[in-house]
Amino acid sequence: MSLAISGSSTGVLDWPAAFKDALVTALVAGALGLFIVGFRTADFGKGLGFEYQFVDLAIACGVIFAGRFALSCARGGTSVVTLLLGAGLLAIALLAPLPSAFLRTVSGLAGVALLVAGTWTSVRGTSAGGGRIAALSAASDVLGTRVFPWFGAALLGVAVVLPFMPFADQKVMDLGILILTYVMLGWGLNIVVGLAGLLDLGYVAFYAVGAYAYAMLSTQHGWSFWMCLPVAGMLAATFGVVLGFPVLRLRGDYLAIVTLGFGEIIRIVLLNWTDFTQGPAGIGGIPSATLFGRVFAENAPAGGQTFHEWMEIPFSANHRLIFLYFVVLALALLTNFVTHRLRRLPVGRAWEALREDEVACQALGINPTNTKLTAFAIGAMFAGFAGTFFAAKQRFVSPESFVFIESAIILAIVVLGGMGSQVGVVLASIILIGLPEWFRDLGLYRMLVFGVAMVLIMVFKPRGLISRREPTIRLETGGGP
Amino acid sequence: MAEPLLLVAGVETFYGAIQALHGVSLEVNRGEIVALIGANGAGKSTLLMTVCGSPRARAGRIAFEGEEISRLRTDEIARRGIAQVPEGRRIFPRMTVFENLQMGATFADPAWFAADIERVFGLFPRLKERRDQRGGTLSGGEQQMLAIGRALMSRPKMLLLDEPSLGLAPLIVRQIFETIRLIARDEGTTVFLVEQNAFGALRLADRGYVLVNGHIRLTGTGAELLADPQVRAAYLGGH
Ligand SMILES: Nc1ncnc2c1ncn2[C@@H]1O[C@H](COP(=O)(O)OP(=O)(O)OP(=O)(O)O)[C@@H](O)[C@H]1O
Ligand SMILES: [Mg+2]
Repeated sequence: MSLAISGSSTGVLDWPAAFKDALVTALVAGALGLFIVGFRTADFGKGLGFEYQFVDLAIACGVIFAGRFALSCARGGTSVVTLLLGAGLLAIALLAPLPSAFLRTVSGLAGVALLVAGTWTSVRGTSAGGGRIAALSAASDVLGTRVFPWFGAALLGVAVVLPFMPFADQKVMDLGILILTYVMLGWGLNIVVGLAGLLDLGYVAFYAVGAYAYAMLSTQHGWSFWMCLPVAGMLAATFGVVLGFPVLRLRGDYLAIVTLGFGEIIRIVLLNWTDFTQGPAGIGGIPSATLFGRVFAENAPAGGQTFHEWMEIPFSANHRLIFLYFVVLALALLTNFVTHRLRRLPVGRAWEALREDEVACQALGINPTNTKLTAFAIGAMFAGFAGTFFAAKQRFVSPESFVFIESAIILAIVVLGGMGSQVGVVLASIILIGLPEWFRDLGLYRMLVFGVAMVLIMVFKPRGLISRREPTIRLETGGGP
Repeated sequence: MAEPLLLVAGVETFYGAIQALHGVSLEVNRGEIVALIGANGAGKSTLLMTVCGSPRARAGRIAFEGEEISRLRTDEIARRGIAQVPEGRRIFPRMTVFENLQMGATFADPAWFAADIERVFGLFPRLKERRDQRGGTLSGGEQQMLAIGRALMSRPKMLLLDEPSLGLAPLIVRQIFETIRLIARDEGTTVFLVEQNAFGALRLADRGYVLVNGHIRLTGTGAELLADPQVRAAYLGGH
């Protein structure tokens, strides 16, 4: 009976090892946290000084120790300890007089996560529960194969009708545009990371190139959005080739570090080349996108026509948002469509093959450097499109918008979505971008919710939300096993 | 005499400071099956990989169809018509059988594809049954068939095989060797075969070479080598 449920995860708990592991984790966290949490510079009136927060740090390390130990217990099948520790942390968060709200949130969230993990393991540990979970996951697999092809279409349907829903006010439209922008960026980066398997930590650089291209061409040379879009895409692709050429010989970790560096270099250049980019002040007054030359504004500029005059409807500020929403939806769909087509072409198949085995690819005559460069360039091109859109939407760009965390979020979307899965990227964008916006009331702690969501996804879906890779071609007679 | 399809002359290959091949010379003529046998660590795979340009020969000449290829990149060499079935098969595990075969045809004329895939499925009916199965879930023998099939999809002039019999049951080994014979005899593809299984390889081959510690020690027709007392003692275990 236990055969059906035994997995690598339910073994016998090795107490000393678990204890040591938790201790090491807490010490590492303490060492790292020393500079981040341990002390900070504060203004004491007579100049700057240090403010020490060692108590906070110690408590945080304690929480980490307890959490890590409890997770080992869950893995070792002793979920009672996990549940107890989880409940304990939650109780401390709610009842004990902790020195800061930050600590209360950390220990509260850790407590909840442990309770979830503990319950999960203990349910799986009982044969009935284990059987039920196995049946459930089998059922969801069957459901997955049946429903899966329709799921993407359903999402698209929702996306198309969303702006016409009664609840689609400015806030909803803004959020929709934001999510779609990240869906597009996720799909673009998916070409590089998901398909070609190149870990690019500087993707935001190409987004910045696209945004600044439109910002400068429109404000200084009067280019329109639609004229600029292809140019910005080409420019970003060129940057992709130029940056990619020297680094694509590197593998894995090295490539990641160098791309991270390039991302930062672009941002720092934007920040410091004040004559050209206006530096930290950014570029404002960027014109928005137009529809066949009609602007989205209350009053038409000299010689122009506004959208509402053209359509002979009353003006509404929402029109611009709805229009932008459809622009980014179209751009995202273009990205998706191109990716789909490319996957069926030799170059797209070569990307995937390269990710699986570079040596075998060379033996088949595929030039790895050129193949990677095309992936890099095409991915960069879509980031350039997205950047142009971003500039047109915000009407203001500054280096602030292109910091590393943006690259990290886009990468997180791709990884959590399940490397290479297009629908997965959509789900991950909704979760990672949508939820934090929803939880804006939590203030700074929403980043913690973000973190916990990521951890939970990685614990329960370690290969991403949708880890199935669809073959690019299958037998037409659907009677397979 | 006509020039050989592949000429290897005085090739020396190093891994760092360690010399793996010492002045290796051999030739493979059009339409031949040539076997290279030797013990573990003799340098067989190294020789095969050196022909493919990775690692590079530090000295010596490698000519294919009379043209020097030792300075070309691996992918350029492959596009000249040398298909390699590498040690350990190296099929694409997450791709289906069909997609793996498609990858093999990347640089082939698309007009050949339909005929070539039928030809591979004809040689290996097992692959046809498993067309949509992921490469990584195939059995070892099926993976070997897939690796050979993938290499054939480019219509190579020469097929390099590194230990196709490794880890396979005797029955499957016989099938694979029989298929290699078909590929060479019926289709005129030149085959250069690296093997531990000296008996099977030498029975199949027109000619053979024996590699010992990076030196070519013996050469002759397959039958001659099979009859050679030294070879019998060292590689055939008194067969
Ligand atoms: N990448 C490498 N770096 C360093 N030394 C290597 C490398 N590859 C092979 N060698 C060494 O070169 C020698 C020849 O190895 P090679 O793989 O060519 O042997 P082989 O004849 O194919 O053996 P086997 O039958 O076991 O596959 C061995 O001594 C091996 O240790
Ligand atoms: Mg070998």
